[in-house]
Amino acid sequence: MEVSLDLILQACWETLYMVSISLVFGSLIGLPLGILLVVTRKGHILENAFVFSILNPIVNILRSIPFIILLVAIIPFTRFIVGTAIGTTAAIVPLVLHIGPYMSRLIENSLLEVDKGIIESAQAMGATPLQIIFCFLLPEALPSIVLSITTATIGLIGATAMAGAIGGGGLGDLAITYGYQRFSTITIVVTVVILVLLVQGIQSLGNLIERKIRRM
Amino acid sequence: MIEFRNASKIFKSEDRTIEALKNINLTIEKGDIFGVIGFSGAGKSTLIRMVNLLEKPTSGQVLVDGQDLSKLSEKELRQAKKNIGMIFQHFNLLRSKTVFDNVAMPLKLSKTPKSVIEERVHELLHFVGLSDKANSYPDQLSGGQKQRVGIARALATNPSILLCDEPTSALDPQTTTSILQLLKRVNQEYNVTILMITHEMEVIKQICNRVAVMQNGEIIEEGTILDIFSKPKTETARNFVRSVLRDEIPQSIFHILQANDKFSKIYNIEFIGESSGKPILSQVAKSFAVDVNILFGSINELQGVPFGNLIVELQGEEAEIARAYDFIVQQNVLVNEVIRNGG
Repeated sequence: MEVSLDLILQACWETLYMVSISLVFGSLIGLPLGILLVVTRKGHILENAFVFSILNPIVNILRSIPFIILLVAIIPFTRFIVGTAIGTTAAIVPLVLHIGPYMSRLIENSLLEVDKGIIESAQAMGATPLQIIFCFLLPEALPSIVLSITTATIGLIGATAMAGAIGGGGLGDLAITYGYQRFSTITIVVTVVILVLLVQGIQSLGNLIERKIRRM
Repeated sequence: MIEFRNASKIFKSEDRTIEALKNINLTIEKGDIFGVIGFSGAGKSTLIRMVNLLEKPTSGQVLVDGQDLSKLSEKELRQAKKNIGMIFQHFNLLRSKTVFDNVAMPLKLSKTPKSVIEERVHELLHFVGLSDKANSYPDQLSGGQKQRVGIARALATNPSILLCDEPTSALDPQTTTSILQLLKRVNQEYNVTILMITHEMEVIKQICNRVAVMQNGEIIEEGTILDIFSKPKTETARNFVRSVLRDEIPQSIFHILQANDKFSKIYNIEFIGESSGKPILSQVAKSFAVDVNILFGSINELQGVPFGNLIVELQGEEAEIARAYDFIVQQNVLVNEVIRNGG
């Protein structure tokens, strides 16, 4: 059976579906987690050794598990959350768990780039910790956060390729099952070209938004 | 009014403790433009940050208008901070916000109604001379303009105290002067007490009425600016004064003098206040058989009081020079002999 346009379009759709949904939920985890990792560290506005010493290793552990292993290791959890352990939707659970902690590190770095003087001026104005986060840290770090999210999105596209292992579908799965296992060179070429274009497009879009925000 | 009472600060890290401030006692009166000068590492930054509790004193007290801020609740402290504005060496403006929004920030934080913010921000931008830059971003401004925005922002909540952390150290001399003039207007027109730290004596000279000299976490000298400039007691203070007022003969002149073998004595005469107006040297030349040779001179104005020095060479018979010297001493000026030549 040769690969058809329909199959490619469906794979594209599956990839975009997995990436976008995981990105939304991943951000919902990664953004607050990244903020917490910054503000609870020593000397910061909500210094809290207890919270930091719990969050930091959790993020490290989740980040150190290879995605292909995470994918199968959390099957019971996936089943609990979405009711099934196979299929495109099921792939989203491990994807979120993979990208959330990754994103929290990226966001953490973005926030740490903000000049300490900005926080000092906020404290001198009598800003509350929440005001410091939302009126000073986040707006100042926004261009960098956009680039972080761009990087995370591209990381997600890579991870979705492995979702085929649990029947997640998508472009990566198509390349493996049709291209590699059935020796269809054309499928490999087509999927690779699509993935390259997708990554290029997302990176360009991220750069464009970042430059818009920084008014360059 | 700001009072430091036996205020100390100790920084502890794993392997060492640093005594950043040792028993500071200092009073900044209402209406003062008080300068604190010292080399980097002297403890100036810690000192100024204690006023708005960016640094907590390890022991002792800092009172602002009689109130010990460290005794307040978080909420009361935030309220108290609105009475203390602060500007910084590197301005610390939000790059992501317009000039207008930067200045409006302290008001937004305290949930001020929009119409009030609008009015206040425009008034402040007018005061600092940046009405036309309301919609610009900090990146589009020069250093001096950024500091003006910083000043407008610090004044937004109508504080009675302004803390200035090296406000001109990142600026060129001309811009420095214009920013200092603006701070003087802040002091006079808004009745704001100013506490400023700096390492430049020129800054102190231009606007301060009182000055404290810091070294190794201690205040080693304090007084009116005229006191410190005319009678510095410590070596550090003398060095700072020398950085703006020269009281030594330039090397080139010194060499010319050494080549001259006529008998002469060289004196440094310091004038303060009304003595600056007296024609002392011309009287010396008329009344005594000596020649007066002015080698070096400078005149400055400190807090509206003229202040300066002249280095003069008196040539003639030794006895006549001695009589001239006695005459100068009686004129209420400070005289001391620098070198003697020939004879």
